[in-house]
Amino acid sequence: MGGSLRELRPTLVWALIGVIFTLFAPSVLQLFTIINLTTAIALAVLALSLALVWGYGGILCFGQVAFFGLGAYAYTIGAINFGGSTWAILVAVMVASAFAAALGYFIFYGRVSDVYLGVITLTVTLILYSLIRRTSGPEYKIGNALLGGFNGVSSPPLNAPWDARAILFPEQVFYVAMAALIILYVFVGWLVTTHFGRVCVAIRENETRAELLGYDTRLYKLGIFTIGAGVAAIGGVLFCNGVGRVTPDVFSLYNAALTIIWVIVGGRGTLIGPIGATFGLFYLTASLGGQSVFNNNLVLGIILILFVLLVPKGVAPTLIDWTRRRSRPAGRERRRRRARPEGGA
Amino acid sequence: MSAKARRGEAVVETRGLSMHFGGVRAVDQVDFTLYDKELRCLIGPNGAGKSTFFKCLTGQLRPTHGEVTIRGRETTGAEPHEIAGLGVGIKTQVPNVFDGVTVEENLWLAARRWHGAARARSLTAEVLERLRLGDIRRSLVGRLAHGQRQWVELGMVVAMEPWLVLLDEPAAGMTHEETARTAEIILEINEMAALIVVEHDMQFIRMISRTVTLFHEGRILMEDTMDAISADARAREIYLGRSA
Ligand SMILES: Nc1ncnc2c1ncn2[C@@H]1O[C@H](COP(=O)(O)OP(=O)(O)OP(=O)(O)O)[C@@H](O)[C@H]1O
Ligand SMILES: [Mg+2]
Repeated sequence: MGGSLRELRPTLVWALIGVIFTLFAPSVLQLFTIINLTTAIALAVLALSLALVWGYGGILCFGQVAFFGLGAYAYTIGAINFGGSTWAILVAVMVASAFAAALGYFIFYGRVSDVYLGVITLTVTLILYSLIRRTSGPEYKIGNALLGGFNGVSSPPLNAPWDARAILFPEQVFYVAMAALIILYVFVGWLVTTHFGRVCVAIRENETRAELLGYDTRLYKLGIFTIGAGVAAIGGVLFCNGVGRVTPDVFSLYNAALTIIWVIVGGRGTLIGPIGATFGLFYLTASLGGQSVFNNNLVLGIILILFVLLVPKGVAPTLIDWTRRRSRPAGRERRRRRARPEGGA
Repeated sequence: MSAKARRGEAVVETRGLSMHFGGVRAVDQVDFTLYDKELRCLIGPNGAGKSTFFKCLTGQLRPTHGEVTIRGRETTGAEPHEIAGLGVGIKTQVPNVFDGVTVEENLWLAARRWHGAARARSLTAEVLERLRLGDIRRSLVGRLAHGQRQWVELGMVVAMEPWLVLLDEPAAGMTHEETARTAEIILEINEMAALIVVEHDMQFIRMISRTVTLFHEGRILMEDTMDAISADARAREIYLGRSA
């Protein structure tokens, strides 16, 4: 029971812009930039997953990187053992979703409160961080893959589907990453207009009311949490392809906090906002990385505080409000349009 | 108990229902029966236990003792969504609406739980019309006045097309006109469904009342017509005397 095409229009416009960018970027940008961009795209997929889970589902998951990191590790270990990436991608999504489903079952069916949900998800992430850091010995092996402790594992690159010898070039990996981001963006954009997605938004707004209408809210929350984890896992697969290896740092507190910052800066209740914020902050920190006057973390901290104080809704919702207010005098026609406020891009 | 309308089967029954909060016996050994198509008002002074009794019926509270039966099925301790899933429409004392979405979306979410996409759409339009919410269908519910929010919640109950309706103070904080309109809507609902309505507003109760159940300190003190209760000395002392 999907939403109408009209509701999806802003999403499709952004997707088209993404397609055009994908087609022209490799001929304009240098290879180094393209490789870097692949990493940013991977992080944008992670931001998209939290934009869904938190922005639409109202579930403040402080450990979205756990699913991202599990996806990266599962892909890497899978690809090493299978000698190819095709099944490894599937395994990555399955491992992260299954882990989220199990964790979510205890959280949602145990009726854990929102605050403890944040605490539990963050704790689980940090436990993964310290566990995997301790796996440096030769005894920590899954099949042929050594886990490598804090040094991590180097990740086999993507190959063409079911053809392990046809390894993709960095430029092709960029195409794959952009395609994944665009497809997932449209998928999530569609998901939030379906009956399922609209019920998730309703639960975010008022869980009691949703229950009193007869919706089993635990099941819906578990559903959106699990789907979000699957999306994050694909981000993880792209990430270890962009970087070339996966280390326990994917589970670090820094990355967990960064994910939240992207969504706050970009805006909850939109998808394009967090994606845009990820690219923006990625390039900001990259450009700051080259100098030593300002501390990177300090700058991020200041940005977060400024946003919470001055633009609490985030960039995208503020821009949407602003354009709506400006166009209101000409709004007779507009009011007739079938536009729910949640139909944001 | 002259005016008790014993039409059809019992749709809600409680036996020895009790809800204790520490030492407070908010609901104490209540035996209660509601019959099919009946409209019952629950009254009683503040803290009498009306809302607590109500929440034991809706699954928002798990009773300490006793049992609840809805249309022959034991529902004691069932989840709210399971009870709603039987076709029970519920409006709580504290308004529970979806603030961040439109009036139309609120109603659609209720209708769509029970109907296919096409029927949900037409039902949403019907309810918008019936509750005169058409002009504000695109407004965010969080921006509406209190009375309108109450109607949105009532609209969600109507859009579920329930056979049993439980309303906790549906006219609270409404203007005179709004209250009268709410009474009309409740009587309309009663054509299709049995109702339990918790209220304080005596005038409102007189507009809709058939049988009235008077709660006091967690127990049922009387069950009769509004006129008989007004005439009763004990009832006046604990309740009506205070508001007169
Ligand atoms: N969750 C709770 N914890 C502790 N005590 C409670 C709780 N809920 C209700 N009570 C107590 O139970 C008693 C009955 O409260 P209840 O809300 O059922 O009264 P009411 O008849 O609905 O009153 P009102 O007309 O003010 O809505 C009160 O003494 C109240 O303080
Ligand atoms: Mg009450």
